[in-house]
This record gives sequence, structure tokens and C-alpha cells, in this order.
Amino acid sequence: MTTEVLKAPLVVEFPFTRSLGPVQSAFLTGLREQVVLGVRTTDGRTLVPPVEYDPVTADEIRDLVQVAPTGTVTTWAWNHAPRRGQPLDTPFAWVLVRLDGADTALLHALDAPGPDAVHTGMRVRIRWAAERSGAITDIACFEPDDSAIGGETGDHDGQFESMVTGIVAQARLDYTYSPGRAQTAYINALAERRIVGERCPSCRKVYVPPRGACPTCGVATAEQVEVGPGGTVTTFCIVNIKARNLDIEVPYVYAHIALDGADLALHGRIGGIPYDQVRMGLRVEPVWTEGGRYPDHYRPTGEPDADYETFKESL
Amino acid sequence: MTREIAVVAFAQTDHRRTSDELSEVEMLMPVLHEVLDATGLKTSDIGFTCSGSSDYLAGRAFSFTLALDGVGAWPPISESHVEMDGAWALYEAWTKLLTGDTDTALVYAYGKSSPGSVRDVLTRQLDPYYVAPLWPDSVALAALQAQALIDEGYTDEPALAAVAARSRADAQANSHAQLRGSVPHGEYVVHPLRTGDCPPIGDGAAAVILAAGDRARELCERPAWIRGIDHRIEAHSLGVRELTDSPSTRLAAEKAGAFERPVDTAELHAPFSSQEVVLRKALRLGDDVRVNPSGGALAANPIMAAGLVRIGEAAARIHRGESDRALAHATSGPCLQQNLVAVLEGEPRHAQ
Repeated sequence: MTTEVLKAPLVVEFPFTRSLGPVQSAFLTGLREQVVLGVRTTDGRTLVPPVEYDPVTADEIRDLVQVAPTGTVTTWAWNHAPRRGQPLDTPFAWVLVRLDGADTALLHALDAPGPDAVHTGMRVRIRWAAERSGAITDIACFEPDDSAIGGETGDHDGQFESMVTGIVAQARLDYTYSPGRAQTAYINALAERRIVGERCPSCRKVYVPPRGACPTCGVATAEQVEVGPGGTVTTFCIVNIKARNLDIEVPYVYAHIALDGADLALHGRIGGIPYDQVRMGLRVEPVWTEGGRYPDHYRPTGEPDADYETFKESL
Repeated sequence: MTREIAVVAFAQTDHRRTSDELSEVEMLMPVLHEVLDATGLKTSDIGFTCSGSSDYLAGRAFSFTLALDGVGAWPPISESHVEMDGAWALYEAWTKLLTGDTDTALVYAYGKSSPGSVRDVLTRQLDPYYVAPLWPDSVALAALQAQALIDEGYTDEPALAAVAARSRADAQANSHAQLRGSVPHGEYVVHPLRTGDCPPIGDGAAAVILAAGDRARELCERPAWIRGIDHRIEAHSLGVRELTDSPSTRLAAEKAGAFERPVDTAELHAPFSSQEVVLRKALRLGDDVRVNPSGGALAANPIMAAGLVRIGEAAARIHRGESDRALAHATSGPCLQQNLVAVLEGEPRHAQ
């Protein structure tokens, strides 16, 4: 039997809030003020961008140096198809630039008409972003420049008015998620108001939801078994805090439910009964709402409670 | 005392552009069974299990826990995971075996690149303050390294094309490889790298069984003894590093004993043609060394498994009697930032 596996877009977005140490804080605040700072290592080299620990000796370093906004390309790569989030949306060169006064190179973008206009050793200058907040993107990009090596450099105490002490690093990744064969079969059956597990060929246990493998035996499962719809509450908790975007009155009960014929309890919300009357052994059944692809919750069937002996293995 | 530890079994999936009909554990399970069958071991016989994979590829937190279903993790097993290539999981398992706690270990690794955009996903491993906000993708960073090599006269575009062509030609003999035979050098992805210089994007998994001493001799006719293994890292910042060289690879190789005697085979984890140039130089490999007879990462590059595959391929050549002393290399991070080198040997064979 071949069924089309399910697929759906999955977007993972996260704004990481990051603190800056003294050196990174000085560097990023400096960019906001159009001042580029490096840090001097134990052996007297100047690192731009600066770090707090010497990459060779691991010594803590915080001796700041101002370097020039002009520099020399040490290597480059022509990017004819810019991707989301990159510094320029027209074709550009990625460059490593050794700023005048620095001994190491900074990665950024170079705005140039084409690859023929770029070469290692070419002179470039920072183009500042119109609006700057204390981030690496305060450098909009580099642009070609014909000035000689030099520019104003010197010691700097790294102190500015209202120091930037943190950044928010936005990230977004796009995926097409597929749950694989076993879970596709499970989700499709749910939409038909059936609950399908898979039996292990070795230990004969029925897993629901099935994930295609028996976690006890480490073998593939394939034999589908319809379980439920009735089941037994094996254990439960009372939820007192309202989750964001969830329209369920608190308190409510979330329970482990051993469906008839299954050897593993799944979990679901219990409705149709006051929260303080839910108990171990309560017999329940799934409730699908109109058009729902999966059970909205479980409700009591009205049967007598199950005997502890019948569900203790599923606890 | 030092225990002798060997790779006694290796298996890998066919590496494919997409495997979306399979969940990670469904993709992984056949290779787990293959290494267990090869040794006659059951999961309950394995003393230690270690895996490598990445949540960022899967787009889910703690994604490795789902794959544990494939190894029969109940009753509780002795288990660990690295958010890195499986070669580093093998390093951890090797360390565990050295302690004498156990005689066997199962190491596996898997990666499905197909659900996301691997060029974007890999930007999340970069320095989050100065680099990641610019979203330089993995091909762009490799291209900067390639241009530096060209500028220094270490290679040129035809030489890079030749590396790619040799890799895909060798992959003809590897039924698991994703890209085999004649592959056009193609258009520029990020200049100076063309499609042919870049690895295929794909899904795949690999597994290895390690065993110590006499246990290894029982489980395998010709164990691939790990004579040394070491891994080193370089500065995070690309602008601090000498991109045309790989001192971390050289140091790892030295500590692993790679330079004590010549090797006959090298399986190098060089996802980009230009990185093979760097690695050959760092490892001082002459033209007499067979480099990437499997086709290497240019023929199949399942992220998080490709490094473990290098160790497995090197070991399998020793198992088959095609190599006596092989070097295996794995990398992680942009522009060969982190490097692991293992030296594997088969016992001398009697003259026929």
C-alpha cells in the first residue's frame, strides 16, 4: 500500500536576546557612532572584529584600538543571487576586509557592479547604514574606494554615551515538515475518526501513536491495528494556567488515556465532566468536533470505572 | 594500559535528494539492523550507544530522542548524543571503550537536509554577533576559501573541476552515492564555486559498531583497528584564520599518528572541491595515496553523517583487504573549522 505522505510548511522563528561583554559592547556601540574599534592581542596584533579572549593564548583582552573605515579585500566571492537576510538584495561580493590598522579581516558585503570589478587587494570603504542601532548591520556594506592605506587610527577608551549592551538576533528558518509513513497513516485515520496503532512484530505490543519503530525492540513496526475508541484514564493532571492562544477554560484536566487494545497510553484533554471528578480508571471516548481532523477532547462514556489491574501496565 | 579498539561493522543508507516518505527513525533503522546483523549482536548486547544529528536540520528540539526508538532504548541503555557529525559521536564512543567500561559500542548518525534549506540552516552555527546577522550561506563561505586558494596559486578552476570529476567517477563503484559518473561542472553558485564544486544536498544515515580487543576479533574477520584519533578546532572568526591552510587538521593528524608511517588510503570529508586541496596539503598526502575511492562528500554529503561515513568507508576497505593503513577525516563548521582525523589499520596479511 502506498499513500502520499503528509507535508506541511513549518516556520521556526526565534528572536535570540544576547548580552554583550565589554569588548563587543564597545565595538557595536562604536558602529552606531561610525567608529570602528579593534582589540589588541597579547602579542600586539589588532583583531577586527574584536573578541574578548585572545584566540592564540586565551588571555582576556580589552585593550581597544580605533581603526580606519577603509581597508583591503583579502578574499572575495561573487554572489549573483542574494538570499533572504543578506546585506544587499542586488548581486554583490562577499568580502573579507582587513581594515587599515587591523591585522585580521571582517566579513561583509561589497557593493560592486559585477565580478570583474572585484579583486583581492582592492581598496574599499565602509558605507554606513542610514539608521544605526549598534549591530553589525550598521555597516550597510563596503564600496570600492581609491584612498591609500592609512586613515585615522589610535587608542580609544571604547566609551560612548548610552552603550549598547545587548542585541536581538532575529532568525527564521523555513521547512517542509513530513511526519513519515507511520505517523501519516495515523493522522489520516484520525481524520476518518479512527485511531490506528502499529503492532511490534517481536513483542506484539501495540503502539499508538505509531512512529514506525518499537522503542523496546528497536525493530520496524508495520502491522496496523485499530484501537479504541473507548479508553481508560491511567493518570492525569489539573491545568490551572491558561496557555496563550488556547481557548479552554481553566482549570481543566489533561490525562494519559490507555485506549482499548493499545499497549501505550496517549494523552488528551478530558471534557464533559467537572475537573475535580476525573479519576484514575475513568472510562472515556474521543470527541471530534464538526470537521475536526483529530479528537478535540475525551469525555466519559458512562461505563463503570475500569479495575486498576486492567490498566496498571499502561501507567 | 591502552586497549585496542576497532571498527568491526559499517553500514549506510542510499543517499538521496529527498526521503520524505520516511521519518528519521524509519530512515535510520535499516542501517542499524545491517551493522547488528553483520556482527550477530543484538541491541541488548551493545554496551554504549552514541549518535550524531542536528535539531536545526530537523527543525525540532530534541529531535534525536525520536531516533532512539530505533535502538530499543527500553530497558534503559547507556546512551549519549552529540549535536555534531557522527564522527565526533564515534570519538566519544572510542573514549568510553578506552575506559574499559564496555567492549562494544554502536555509533550512528543521520541527517535529512531535504525539509529545509541547508544553506540557510548552516548559517545558524556562525558567530551570532558579527556574522550570523549577515546570513552568509555555506557555499558563500566555502567560495571565499576557494578564491583565497586561487589567489595564492594553490589551485585554479580547471583543477577544482578535476577534483569534482574524479570524485564522481570514483562514486560509480559506490551504489550508495547520490551523484555518480559524469556531472557537469555547471554554473557558478557563488563565484568561484560552480554546482560541480558543491556537494549534493541529500538525506542519509550511517552506523558503525566498535569493539575492543578479542571481542573485535570475534566479531570481524579483519577488524579496522583505530591506531589513533584526535580532533582540533580553529578560531571561530574566519578573518583570524589562514583559510588556505588547515593547521587543526595537521595537528589532529599528528596526534593521531598519521605521519608515523604512510597511509595507502585517505577518506577526506571535503564537501567542496576546494577543501580537498587544503586537506591534501595539510595532511601531506602524495599522489600515491588513494583519496576518496568512495567518491567522498562530493558524491554524497548527508549532513551530520558524512564524516562518520568517511571513517566507515576507510574501515570497510580494511575489512575487505583493500587497504592496510587508512586515514579518515571529518569536518564541521565553515571552511574546515573543526577537524577530526583517525588512523585505521588492518593486521598484516600472510603472503598468499
